[in-house]
This record gives sequence, structure tokens and C-alpha cells, in this order.
Amino acid sequence: MRNLLIFITKYNAFFLFLIFEIISLTIYIKYNTFQKATFISSTSQVTGALYTQVNGVKDYLSLKETNDSLARENARLRNQLKSSFYTDTVAKHKVEDTVFKQQYTYIEAKVINNSTNRSTNYLTIDRGSRQGVVKGMGVICSSGLVGKVVFVGEHLSVVQSMLHKDSRFSAMLEKNKEIGYVEWSDDLDPHKGILKDVSNNAQPKVGELVLTSQYSLFPAGIMIGKVSNLHSRAGGYTLNMEVALSVDYSKLHYVDVVVNKYAEEQAGLEAQQKKDE
Amino acid sequence: MSRAIIINLVRFIVLVFLQVFLLKNITLYNLSTPYLYIMFILLLPFETPNLLLFALSFLMGITIDAFYDTPGLHAASCVLLAFVRILFISITVQKDGFDNEPEPTLSIMGIRWFFTYALILTLFHHFFLFNLEVFRLSEIPYTLSRFVLSSIFTVFLMLLTGFLFFRRKERK
Repeated sequence: MRNLLIFITKYNAFFLFLIFEIISLTIYIKYNTFQKATFISSTSQVTGALYTQVNGVKDYLSLKETNDSLARENARLRNQLKSSFYTDTVAKHKVEDTVFKQQYTYIEAKVINNSTNRSTNYLTIDRGSRQGVVKGMGVICSSGLVGKVVFVGEHLSVVQSMLHKDSRFSAMLEKNKEIGYVEWSDDLDPHKGILKDVSNNAQPKVGELVLTSQYSLFPAGIMIGKVSNLHSRAGGYTLNMEVALSVDYSKLHYVDVVVNKYAEEQAGLEAQQKKDE
Repeated sequence: MSRAIIINLVRFIVLVFLQVFLLKNITLYNLSTPYLYIMFILLLPFETPNLLLFALSFLMGITIDAFYDTPGLHAASCVLLAFVRILFISITVQKDGFDNEPEPTLSIMGIRWFFTYALILTLFHHFFLFNLEVFRLSEIPYTLSRFVLSSIFTVFLMLLTGFLFFRRKERK
């Protein structure tokens, strides 16, 4: 027993190393399995508050770009207004429209923390459960798809960006509506994605738009990117192709959280169907 | 003694802020990311007890993790770094050679020793960090190039910081 104690004190550095290393690795591996350890993410009070402060300063540096993008979006929306179309019918009558009901609403949010240079990238936004954000909602911005809410705090939420090795979204080609899914490319390039599992019948062209499909969290037709390179692999049943992403993830400032009013109903029905089977 | 505590406390805070709000946003060609914060562990005084050294390294790592949203990743790398530091110092420095608790800074230990020290410790830390982060062997060439380029960047920043505070330390 005494010898053992002497042995331990002599090599105390090594034993201390083992103890602390095991603690850290346990935390690391647990975090990976249970997604988010609540106590230590940027939604927690201290780091969140600090990021908000620094972001206040950073906002001034990018005012010009933000203004430009808002002006562009304004112009695009004004183009869709009824008043900007010339009406050639004389008699107008009001139609009670019962066919269309609003399915999607949007919560605007500001990005207060962002990363693009790791293999798992997240954004933190300044809207949380109090403003109606729920885990699993989609997030878009004016130039396209951003990601998915994975963790919701009271005032802040964490969004798993498109630039994440586990991100996968249903997508379609613009012309013939062929469905596939889009992932981040393997070489961690923040401007490149891969569209996978498109059926062989599709004849994609370089430059064709890739949009979200109607099976995703998003309204159909949200821009993802453009086909930039075709990988033709002989003998496969499906096609894969490279996509140049339309969003510059390093310059995100304002995003919109997509609220799907029927999401709950859909999830409930599908769960019931699974139970019945 | 209390001076050493204050200096290290200030160094801790400054390095965390620098890392989280400035260096986190710097990535060269998507490959090279500096992790200057490990300088805190490198510059702790020689006579820091082992337990304290490991505890401080763990604390530093977990603080950085809180901002990077990666619980445990930096903590694990920092603990390894502390262990390598103990080995390296026990091999290269004579135990009773130092008076009034000097720190392993550039101005006290000289450029040759400090460069080797910083280089070897950074290589260990970065190698462990990048491989633990990716956790796959399929991207080895990419991970290795990130590791080498980031290490060069970090060591460069360390030497730069060392020279920046060179004269001031000497006069005291």
C-alpha cells in the first residue's frame, strides 16, 4: 500500500493527466451523443450576452451591405405588389378567397454568432421560445436556405447551418422538379454543396437552379444554389452533382425563421400512422 | 507571488477575449486557424504545482469550449498540452536553476529554447485538437494540412507576442 502511494506521488503528473483527460473526453463524447449540453452553449446567459454586445459593434461595420440587401429585397417585393401591375379589366369585383390560407409565417431574427470554418457550424440568433421559435423549424435568408433550429433557449436559439456535416435537406431541380437531397461538400468548402440521389431521368444542366422541394421544412422553391459541376458516375441508378451555394454564410446578418402552421398537425398524423402500422 | 497571480489572471482574460472575438473570425484559405489562447498554459510559472497546472488548463479549455460550442474538445487538448509541458520542462530545464519564480517567457529563456518549446507544444495540441474534431480517418490529408498550417500560424503569433513584450519584461 505504501509503495503504491509512493508510486502514485512519483508519477503524479501522469495520473493527473489521466484523470483530467478522461473528464474532458467524457464531456466531449456525451455532448456528441446528446447533441447539446445545455449548461455550456452560446445560448447560456453569459456567453450569449457577451456575443450580443460585440455584435452591436460589428453591425456598424456591415451597415452598407445590409442596407443594400434590404433595398434589393424591397425592390423585389414591390415588383410583386398588385399596384405595380397594369389592370386591363374594367369591372372589378371582390372574391372571397377560401382556397388559399396562409401556411407559412416568418419570424425575423438577427445573427449574433456565426462560424463557417469548422466541420460542424452553428449560428446563434436572437429569437427564442418567447418569440415562438420551436426546435426543428427551418431558417432562410433573403438569398436562400440557411439551416435548421436545433436548440431553443428563452431569448436565443442555435441554428445548425447548412455547413454542417450532418445537415441534409430535401431539394429539387428547377426545370423538371426531380427530387434529391442536398448536403455540404466533403472538403469543407463554405461555397459548395452536393445534390445527391437525383433520378437518372433528370437531365441537369450546369447553371440550373436548385430549390427546396415541397417535402422539406421550407416552402417549396426557396433558392439553395446553382448546379456547378456534374459528376457522371457510370452504372449508378442516381446522379450526384456539385452545387454552388447561393448564400454567403460568412456574411449572414438577418435571417427569417420559417413557421409552418401545419407542421404540428402533419407530425401528429404521421406519428399516428406509424403507431397504427 | 500575488503579482504572478494577477499577471496570469489578466493574461487569461485578455487571451480568451482575443481568441473568441478576434482570432475566431480569422481563417486563411479555410485552412489555417490560429489558437493563440494556449499561450496562457505555456507561460505559467515553472513552479506551478501539477494539480494546479492541470486544473488551469482544463479551465482554459472549457472556457474556450463555451464560446466555440464544443464542450470538451479544447479542454481535452489543453490537458494533453499541460502533460507535454511537464515532460518537456523536466527534460530541458534543471530543477534548481531558477530563482524568484521565473516564467518560461521569450525574454528569460532565450529565443532558441522558447521557439522549440512553443513549436513542440503547439504541434501536440493542434494535432490532437484537429483529429478529435474531425474524428474520421477519411479526411486525413485535409486534416493534416489544416494542422500544419494552423501550427505555423499559431507559433508565428506566439513569437510575435513574445517579442512584443520582450523589453518590458527585461527591465523589471
